[in-house]
Amino acid sequence: MNGDAPDGDDGGDASADGFHFDQARWSDGDRHEPLSSEKRTTEAEYDDSPLPDDLTRDELELPKLEEPDLVRHYTRLSEMNYGIDSGPYPLGSCTMKYNPAFTEDVAADPNGLVHPDRPVAGVQGTLSVLYSLQDYLARIGGMDAVTLQPPAGAAGEFTGVLVADAYHEHNGGDRSEIIVPESAHGTNFASAALAGFDVVSLPGGEDGRVDLEALEEALSEDTALLMLTNPNTLGLFERDIEQIADMVHDAGGLLYYDGANLNALLGRGRPGDMGFDVMHYNVHKTFATPHGGGGPGAGPVGVVDELAEFLPDPQVVEAPDASPLKYEFETPERSIGKVHGKYGNWLVLAKAYAYIARLGNDGLNDASAKAVLNANYLASQVEYDVPYGPFHHEFVASAGDQDAADVAKRMLDYGVHPPTTKWPEIVSEALMTEPTEIEGKRTLDQLARAFNAVASEDDETLAAAPERTTAARIDQTEAARDLRLSWRALDD
Amino acid sequence: MSFNIPDDRQYMESHEYAARDGDTVRVGISDFAQDELGDVVFVELPDVGDEVTHDEAFGVVESIKAVSDLYAPVSGEVTAVNENLFDAPELVNDDPYGDGWMLEISLSDESELDELLSADEYDAQVA
Repeated sequence: MNGDAPDGDDGGDASADGFHFDQARWSDGDRHEPLSSEKRTTEAEYDDSPLPDDLTRDELELPKLEEPDLVRHYTRLSEMNYGIDSGPYPLGSCTMKYNPAFTEDVAADPNGLVHPDRPVAGVQGTLSVLYSLQDYLARIGGMDAVTLQPPAGAAGEFTGVLVADAYHEHNGGDRSEIIVPESAHGTNFASAALAGFDVVSLPGGEDGRVDLEALEEALSEDTALLMLTNPNTLGLFERDIEQIADMVHDAGGLLYYDGANLNALLGRGRPGDMGFDVMHYNVHKTFATPHGGGGPGAGPVGVVDELAEFLPDPQVVEAPDASPLKYEFETPERSIGKVHGKYGNWLVLAKAYAYIARLGNDGLNDASAKAVLNANYLASQVEYDVPYGPFHHEFVASAGDQDAADVAKRMLDYGVHPPTTKWPEIVSEALMTEPTEIEGKRTLDQLARAFNAVASEDDETLAAAPERTTAARIDQTEAARDLRLSWRALDD
Repeated sequence: MSFNIPDDRQYMESHEYAARDGDTVRVGISDFAQDELGDVVFVELPDVGDEVTHDEAFGVVESIKAVSDLYAPVSGEVTAVNENLFDAPELVNDDPYGDGWMLEISLSDESELDELLSADEYDAQVA
């Protein structure tokens, strides 16, 4: 086994102003780094199991490796991958941020490792953190009450929709429709449909914002909710938000804020002040926690007073004066019930709390300023056209005559992760870019050089990319037609 | 680019075709539609015996670029489904009017055919 030396000729001149990238290629014959079980195995035999015979095996093959071999195996796999620790990852709307390491220290503190069934008196410190986080988030969003229970942003959306549904039902409304702008995050449509609503798709205006006439037409006595993200997916602020809120409320509906883009507003504008009634927070985008999709996440939901009694069970509240405790749990009067076991993903929430507490007011203000400044600086350095503006924390460039997917593949050859492509569809061959507040000027310049190098390349070069990555271009069509969702399928 | 729009059948604005043979209408998507979608990777169809309704969704076609609903040109009972598409969705790209057909529906209301586009009218729409 050896690391194949990349052939300098086969990647074209994939360097931009001195930056050069080659991804590691560890292989053995025609296979990449073999599974550890393929290297050396040993057979273990067990013949005295108390379990029924049909549930047990007599023999089991286990990898038998020296510790350094195992460490190297996983290190090689990470070398053949690309992540936020490798370089910039400017996926618009997905907001891939580096999370400061101190938040990991906080989550690893042994004092945080409490069993959720411990008596309330024994977890007052934990409840204090949860209570404070509810309070922080409520103040940041301009909301009156917050639940920390939903385990991811999309779960937060679903919870918010259920809360809005419970509110309407309690108030005698039989409202069956949720209005979602065409350019909204796909989760909005999915959450509305999953909660049993009919989705009314709202066409965008020519300026990329909500078209008030189209909204007027879409609103009716069936409208339960309008779901908006602000700034929207083009990075544009909905300037008519107060009028939009009035129109929705006059129709008897509620206004939902998709918190995916809250990092553009932190400390500068609050959804509650704009007239939103219910919102979710993507703590991995706005603060610093892992993305929910690949493991435990968190998607807290904030609501105005009128909706607080419908929040999931339980809420952390201050105990009455007569109580010897400071905090306790409470079931909201008309709660929709539980949306997650226990109280949410506590250690993820602890990271969000640590980030907010460490940054404070000034730090959070600074984060949104840098998120917007970085996006605007990067856009100013990129040669691709950016048709809509002024934008905030993200921008959507157009690859013009080039295929945005090919542009993305080619950008990999320059050692950066490409932006989100071909969405939102309002921009042709969209390159949706969000550098986030974490990057410095040097990295933004590296990204701009990658964009501009690819912009000047011909279609043939783009269609052959990527050439300097561990894995070459995959056959997307075949991968979709012949789904293999487990390593077990490799033998088929 | 010009597309194959045979005049032996009718079309919907949403790009499905309806080819009548006696009391049966065979349904698929047009050459233009398959080209717009790109490589088709999955087709979801109703079962034989199901009822479909004129202008309402009966299934889904998924390509590497998009997922689109399929609309029924006429109402009636599904009498046949092209099961080959489940293992070979590429037939929709390779031969949309032939081996890439999707459904056969037993015609229940002849007047629904009057609402469909002729080949010329559809050609004008996609031109």
